[in-house]
Amino acid sequence: MSREDVLVTADWAEKNLGTEGIVFLEVDEDTTAYDGGHLPGAVKINWTTELQDEVRRDIPTQEQFSALLSAKGVKNDDLVILYGGNNNWFAAYAYWEFKLYGHENVKLLDGGRKKWELDGRTLTTEVPSREATTYSAKPADDSIRAKRDEVVDAIGNKNLVDVRSPDEFSGKILAPAHLPQEQSQRPGHIPSAINIPWSKAANEDGTFKSDEDLTALYGEAGFDAGKSTIAYCRIGERSSHTWFVLRELLGHDDVKNYDGSWTEYGSLIGVPIELGAR
Amino acid sequence: MCGAPDQAVALPAGTDLTKETVLAGRVVADGSPVGGAFVRLLDGTGEFTAEVVSSASGDFRFFAAPGTWTVRALSRRGNGESVLTPEAPGLHQTEIAVA
Repeated sequence: MSREDVLVTADWAEKNLGTEGIVFLEVDEDTTAYDGGHLPGAVKINWTTELQDEVRRDIPTQEQFSALLSAKGVKNDDLVILYGGNNNWFAAYAYWEFKLYGHENVKLLDGGRKKWELDGRTLTTEVPSREATTYSAKPADDSIRAKRDEVVDAIGNKNLVDVRSPDEFSGKILAPAHLPQEQSQRPGHIPSAINIPWSKAANEDGTFKSDEDLTALYGEAGFDAGKSTIAYCRIGERSSHTWFVLRELLGHDDVKNYDGSWTEYGSLIGVPIELGAR
Repeated sequence: MCGAPDQAVALPAGTDLTKETVLAGRVVADGSPVGGAFVRLLDGTGEFTAEVVSSASGDFRFFAAPGTWTVRALSRRGNGESVLTPEAPGLHQTEIAVA
């Protein structure tokens, strides 16, 4: 796997806007960002209502994901380019779901909205209309998704990569600093986890660091390339960013995203928790 | 730089300033507000903690904790940063001039 198979540059994106067979989808943490301006022709996905079940705490089912992409006008063989704000956090989360449901041809726009905006490239408020399709998602690929029991079993055995900020890892705070302090019942981290904040994998403009820099970063933090890996954060979106780096950019084999993440783990009764910095 | 707290700063309903340490500020260039700037919060060791986009009026805010924080703005008008050292919960304000 090379970088070109999973990432496109802003230059490439600009040249390929409106191309038949290529669909640009925007996913933002701030679900109103799209409405204020987006890449010409791009379609909005709302992660709060469309990338998770609205009743149970879970990702969409295979049927829900099929219905979503059908309604968005995406065909099974389209090349999907995902991008978003906040350094592509939620675009990476969407990418993980696309891979989970077997969409072959999906890439991230390197740098997402941030680089696009800092470059001063065109944004529009015009909302495109795409004809609905009949999209058929594949059964969920559980080889890239970790659930709680597997996470507990991984303590001391696999690489557990906690990608939250150092203060969240140590237990000083429960949520990122731009959100009110709420969520899990207990602060801290999963025992044996290493703390490699997702932000260390990105440049200031939101693009990913070079493969050389990334390999050095994880190696220095104690990541064991010979072991299987589970990445987690608070709700599974920042860890999607790191999952993308480890599996899609660096090509590690067995890397899973734990989308339950700290809001689940930190509320479980009876599981071990570690406090403090590492 | 930080005079009397600006009562106009809009906080989410239910924000308890006796418990929350809120860092709020405005991004400005030549005295006028810069909307759409990417404002990142760095902790006392310079580690990235969070990032938000400034509003049309240049405003941003973070929920943090007492300590030393750097707020750094990236924008098409330029970059800049400011340091905040809240010692207790409450509303702590600053201004970031970009150039």
